[in-house]
Amino acid sequence: MAGGIKKFVVGSFDDEAVLFPAVKNVRRAGYKIHDVYTPFPIHGLDHAMGLRETSLHTAGFIYGITGTTTALACMSWIFTKDWPLNIGGKPHFALPAWIPITFELTVLFAAVGMVLSFCYLCQLSPFVKKHHFHLRATDDLFVMAIECTEKTNDAEVEAFLQRAGAKEVNVQHAETGWWIGRYDREQKLYADAEKGY
Amino acid sequence: MSLLKYESQIREPLVDGNKDYHQVTEDIIRPIEMKPSRLWYIGFYISVALLLFGVYSIYREVTYGVGQWNLNKTIGWGWDITNFVWWVGIGHAGTLISAILLLFRQGWRTGVNRAAEAMTIFAVMCAGQFPIWHMGRVWLAFFIMPYPNSRGPVWVNFNSPLLWDVFAISTYFTVSLLFWYSGLLPDLATVRDRAKTKLRKLLYGIASFGWSGSTKHWQRHESLSLVLAGLATPLVLSVHTIVSFDFATSVVPGWHTTIFPPYFVAGAIFSGFAMVQSLMIVLRKVFALEDYITLGHIEAMNKVIVLTGSIVGIAYITELFIAWYGQNPYEWYAFKENRANLFSPYGWSYWLMMFCNVVSPQMFWFKKLRRNIAFTFFMSIIVNIGMWYERFVIIVTSTYRDYLPSSWSTYYSPSIWEIGFYLGTFGLFFTCFFLFAKYFPVIAVAEIKAVLKTSGENYKHKMTDIEKADAEKFYLDEVEHAH
Repeated sequence: MAGGIKKFVVGSFDDEAVLFPAVKNVRRAGYKIHDVYTPFPIHGLDHAMGLRETSLHTAGFIYGITGTTTALACMSWIFTKDWPLNIGGKPHFALPAWIPITFELTVLFAAVGMVLSFCYLCQLSPFVKKHHFHLRATDDLFVMAIECTEKTNDAEVEAFLQRAGAKEVNVQHAETGWWIGRYDREQKLYADAEKGY
Repeated sequence: MSLLKYESQIREPLVDGNKDYHQVTEDIIRPIEMKPSRLWYIGFYISVALLLFGVYSIYREVTYGVGQWNLNKTIGWGWDITNFVWWVGIGHAGTLISAILLLFRQGWRTGVNRAAEAMTIFAVMCAGQFPIWHMGRVWLAFFIMPYPNSRGPVWVNFNSPLLWDVFAISTYFTVSLLFWYSGLLPDLATVRDRAKTKLRKLLYGIASFGWSGSTKHWQRHESLSLVLAGLATPLVLSVHTIVSFDFATSVVPGWHTTIFPPYFVAGAIFSGFAMVQSLMIVLRKVFALEDYITLGHIEAMNKVIVLTGSIVGIAYITELFIAWYGQNPYEWYAFKENRANLFSPYGWSYWLMMFCNVVSPQMFWFKKLRRNIAFTFFMSIIVNIGMWYERFVIIVTSTYRDYLPSSWSTYYSPSIWEIGFYLGTFGLFFTCFFLFAKYFPVIAVAEIKAVLKTSGENYKHKMTDIEKADAEKFYLDEVEHAH
């Protein structure tokens, strides 16, 4: 949930072709990139930022085989142990006839499981609110937030980002986590807590 | 500039006009922020009126029983199951565009996938109505779910294709909905961040789940989309395969054939693309999206229509040939007398189907006609009529003459409440679609932005310069090398 309040230097770029070298230079200079917010997925940016591969697809595979085993186990138990129905004298354990349902449940479990995991990992849910560094990050700007420590010289980072091609640079204090909130109200987690909401 | 992926100049641009990222947002989100036009209201109210008529038809059916429909002794499945199969089939094109074309890396899908997926969801919603209300005692509909109960427990029959259908359709609906909505999240966040009114901020804030556009989230989003596409691809094939099993596993002449699964799937995609065409041609006009749903898109979809239409044609002819070649007298009678004989009671429907599905799409071999919007719109309606008749022919012509000739005389034609139910699902479909078109981004904004620099008209133009510059540089290097 809440990660506490931190200070960020935020640079907004209007071209991904400028953003890429900027990300590399910022990392080379030893600054810590909190995150880069983009209006669409940019291939290779995750590698440039040094993020590791997601293992969401592995989770999807595990959910899928859970569905397979659930379907097969339930149908076998029901039709051979719990209530063996005589259907035209055919075998009770009718594996070929169970393939369609087994397949459907595999897909259902994998899809639902993956979407729920995705929402959990990315903290996505109705009424979840986060600090957005720039409203145009979902429109046409590529927004890089650099986390400041006590040792960081803000002015130096700002100048650095400007040199790297950022169109707008500013310093923001922001909550790093998420909180329950509404987008029609100006809310900030810690500020609100201080005000006693 | 090294970031630009090169795309051949021979390829038509996917996005016309001089667009940048912000312009894309403006073009697609603006209709959401404006008051709907008079035309929208007229269409919406007509849809709601149809929906209400459908609700009343269902009310009659539930109150007085399935006897309100003109189903009779041999024709137990009439318009209801015809409509069910028709609507499910229409849904398939949305999944084909969003999933299969994603796996095939077809860039043009970005212009039409969002609306096509919405169409899938609404079509499956309509399809589901028919088997549910056909149950008669609909308040016991939950009996189709396998759950421990106090009736034995008596479980459902897992060996029955009708139960496979329950699983297939519900899984298909769920997965399509998840796929569609996970793709919508970033675009809803775009609407949220542009919102000026409090209500819009609140509602799109809730609907966008707090999406921020973080790189890590995009990475997971990409992985999710790819795996969901991989799951949806066999799923969509399985759904219509299982629907065809409803017929193919029976011993009714004309149904008991192994060709049904591939033939149904091809037919589903065929009719679905026709419906996508009808919707897109209206949508691009009403919302001024001609730059995003271009003639190129319409042509690409027409190519799919001529391909799948021809597959369906081959299937019809194969089916007819095998009925003769198989030497089963009942099977051959069903084809020769009940269908192909123009002067038999339903012979007209067979030949109408043949004309609409096999002959008419062949017009799309001509490039001029593929790129003619009025003709495409006309053809899309013809194809949908033809595909409706395909299911009607399969269901009615195989059942109206059973093994007992004394029960042959009854001619089946629908009652007003059967027709009302069908019109009602049109009402449901278009009510949903009008609401979707007004309140959701009808084109995947983020996906369009992702292909803009490789396939946007203005960028492709710039790429020609890069290409030339590279050639010059290459030449100069060569010359230098020679010296």
